[in-house]
Amino acid sequence: MSLHPLYSDMLLWTMAAIVSFRWWRTRKDPRARRMWRRIFADRGAMVAAVLLGFYLAIAMVDSIRFERADGARIESLLDMAMRHRTVSSERTYSAPFATHEFVKSLVTEGNGTVAQRYLPLKEVHTDRWYADGWHVAFVVFASMFALTLLHRRLRKDDDTADRLPWGSAYAAFVLAGGTLVWLYVMSFSYHVLGTDKVGVDLFYVTLKSIRTGVLIGTLTTLVTLPLALVLGIAAGYFRGWIDDAVQYLYTVLSSIPGVLLIAAGVLTMQVMLETHADLFATSLERADVRLLFLIVILGVTSWTGLCRILRAETLRLSQSDFVTAAKTLGSSHTFIMFKHILPNLRHLILISVVLDFSGLVLAEAVLSYVGVGVDPTTYSWGNMINQARLEMARDPMVWWSLFAAFVFMFFLVLAANMLSDRVQYVLDPRNEA
Amino acid sequence: MSRPLLRIASLSLADKRGKVLLDKLSLSIARGEIYALVGESGSGKTLTSLATMGLLPSGICIRGGEVYLDETALLSCTEAQMCEIRGKRIAMIFQEPMSALNPVMSIGEQIAEAIRLHMRLDRSEAKRRTVALLKEVGIDDATQRYGWYPHQFSGGQKQRVVIAMALACDPEVIIADEPTTALDVTVQAQILELLRESCRKRKTAMLFITHDLAVAASVSDRIGVLQKGVLVEEAQTRRFFAAAKHPYSRKLLDAVMPQKNALSLTDETPLLRIERLSVRFAIRKGVLRRAVGYVEAVRDVNMSIARGETLALVGESGSGKSTLAKAILGLVEADTGAIYYKEKRIDGLCAKDFLPYRRKIQMIFQDPYAALNPRMRIDEIVGEGMRNFGLAAPGSKAERERLVALMRRVELDESFLERYPHALSGGQRQRIVIARALATEPEIIVCDEPTSALDVRVRAEILTLLARIQRETGVAYLFITHDLSIVPQIAHRVAVMYRGEIVSYGRPDEVMRDPEEPYTKKLMAAAPRLPRIRKEEL
Repeated sequence: MSLHPLYSDMLLWTMAAIVSFRWWRTRKDPRARRMWRRIFADRGAMVAAVLLGFYLAIAMVDSIRFERADGARIESLLDMAMRHRTVSSERTYSAPFATHEFVKSLVTEGNGTVAQRYLPLKEVHTDRWYADGWHVAFVVFASMFALTLLHRRLRKDDDTADRLPWGSAYAAFVLAGGTLVWLYVMSFSYHVLGTDKVGVDLFYVTLKSIRTGVLIGTLTTLVTLPLALVLGIAAGYFRGWIDDAVQYLYTVLSSIPGVLLIAAGVLTMQVMLETHADLFATSLERADVRLLFLIVILGVTSWTGLCRILRAETLRLSQSDFVTAAKTLGSSHTFIMFKHILPNLRHLILISVVLDFSGLVLAEAVLSYVGVGVDPTTYSWGNMINQARLEMARDPMVWWSLFAAFVFMFFLVLAANMLSDRVQYVLDPRNEA
Repeated sequence: MSRPLLRIASLSLADKRGKVLLDKLSLSIARGEIYALVGESGSGKTLTSLATMGLLPSGICIRGGEVYLDETALLSCTEAQMCEIRGKRIAMIFQEPMSALNPVMSIGEQIAEAIRLHMRLDRSEAKRRTVALLKEVGIDDATQRYGWYPHQFSGGQKQRVVIAMALACDPEVIIADEPTTALDVTVQAQILELLRESCRKRKTAMLFITHDLAVAASVSDRIGVLQKGVLVEEAQTRRFFAAAKHPYSRKLLDAVMPQKNALSLTDETPLLRIERLSVRFAIRKGVLRRAVGYVEAVRDVNMSIARGETLALVGESGSGKSTLAKAILGLVEADTGAIYYKEKRIDGLCAKDFLPYRRKIQMIFQDPYAALNPRMRIDEIVGEGMRNFGLAAPGSKAERERLVALMRRVELDESFLERYPHALSGGQRQRIVIARALATEPEIIVCDEPTSALDVRVRAEILTLLARIQRETGVAYLFITHDLSIVPQIAHRVAVMYRGEIVSYGRPDEVMRDPEEPYTKKLMAAAPRLPRIRKEEL
């Protein structure tokens, strides 16, 4: 077994490395510490952070990929943990925690008569000791609770003045984490979120979709940030024709409907991928490149908002006395932009990154629904919802596919929005206590 | 003395953490009297006025005491009762007239609204009254200007409108919170005159809050000095300036009393010489940004500064002082004329050729809060110039020694080098700004109103520091100011600037004692002055 990372895995891990390096660097900076403490002094932000933590952890686990020794397949750590739900599958729809299929099948009885019957599911094992939901719930929640108690004993509160609301964090950890672990344990016995048309376990699908959502939410900023930063600061600092050019560019770009531009981009790329099919060893790699391409296109079409804000703020900052002072001290333009302007834009950048995250997760769903999103073979909430469109029209209705996608996406977006609200509140100088 | 109209009785305020902000403040003001409350920022002046209006910000609690307006106990009033009193019986005039007026409502409507609300007059009656008020505060063409919006008025006129608004319902008490701080000297004199007159005529009591003793002297009947929430001294204005008793009052007075010491120069050869300098800005219009006209910010200016000299540049806002300074610093380009530094022409040089002169010409700013990058540490800020000119390698021992020496020069502890600007007070920040300018060993420093954003006492300290640095290093200052009172104390020569031109130029005693030029004359007459009263007169 050897490591076999895809491009998106590498990018995600590089980004995680950069973020943790920045964190490690600024860990000792009292101003940064104070800022983060103020952000997390709010209960909502603390709960949101715990929820986001779970999502990020699952996405990261899903991004460590191995190639099996026989070379037959590439699977991530998450796939390995869910192997009981990846290799086998049912024939068709089944409801969450069902023991039989959702639709009747024609069966030839022993005596030769043909009857319509609900067939039992192959991969459901109600006879195991851990198939009893109540027992599992008790064990899971008790152990999660014990973990929080342990953390409480171990944690050090450096100053008592502004203590973080750990109670809320523990509650979120026990509830969200407990539910997740309980679902995982129960998935050994049941299809906890049901199965789809071709009998694939939806719990597995929705867990796999987390990575796609998180990837699009985070990696897109890698594309938007450099564009918005370079163009916004250059326009605001140099003014004149550079400013005119940048303004012209983003006015044109933002007056074209975003979906139109993205659809055009994705369709072009699709043609390109088909003509160069030999470049990719597996369909997984092809889907991965398509995902990255979508991220680039999303990034290229969504930098204008941030750029406009950064330009305006740079205009203001470059008029300020400390920039004039730097000029009289003979500092170069690059130095002024890096040391005097950029650090003073940091709060705007942070706010917009956190704020854009939830918007991008939702954008992926919408685009996949319209059919210009990720590859149809990629697990994503957008694809799940797209599929559910037909299922909702059935009678009796198949609701669990939409439900699974909805619940997992809802909590991710809610947590991101709660955190961004708080970040925005704390970093807005007008709310300074 | 008549019965007091507004009486503050042992008022105590504290913040959430129990820090006392105002300690048993008692004062009373009679009808037709102007009471000046003087103190540095943070002494509790503004809190007193807010408490009287019932507008204390949340987080500040009343620890005891009461405010009486005639017989009414204001602090015991409900919010609904206070709404009746505010505007009608007590009115307020703010420091910044622009933020006191609603920009999207015509000024007439704004005043008429207050009148209709409190006096229950009908529309035409309210309008008639508003026009009369505008006339009273000295706005010409009041009928026509009734429909004007705030941005169509100048700063002084806006403050007149705000005063008209305060007078609208014949209030018994007016609270004026630094009403002239944002205005030019000549306008300030007019506004003070207006306030004094309307107070006398209408028999209104006025609580006049200011940090400027000279303003207090020219407007008030009595003066109270507030230090850290305690009223340390209270006296008749004349008596106060003749014989202030409390040591803190004496300190404040000493800080603003002009010290007559004729400064003389040893070396008269010019270090910086400006010849017929003009700077004009193009007014651009249309898609192609063609210049359709020009504004001449600086016109035909001649001046020179010698080594170790301080040249004071005096003028009101918009007179072109700052543009002239920017031209000297090479931040804006001159259109005609020339600037010589040690007889080498330095205007019109490209950035690279100008670099060696940058080191020699530095700048000190007005607002020490805006002049320091909040994201940089003090050692980075002060060291920026040294690094650019290669005076010391970054991180080297030599750099550290230089930084420590600079801090000592501006009388700060070297531990400040590890801090960020937000941990420093205004005076300390201004010292850092001075240290940054000194770091490149300049020969000329342009000081753009370096003391006008500071408290009286800090102002005196900074001026002393600048004088000491000049003695020790022989640096020359171009000192831009609108405060005439400090000119004789600091300057070897003074230039008065008006609409881009220098109208008088010479030694301070020559220019200021008996000015012939009309604008200089007007400026001298307008400057609020401390009364010179000998003790025998009392």
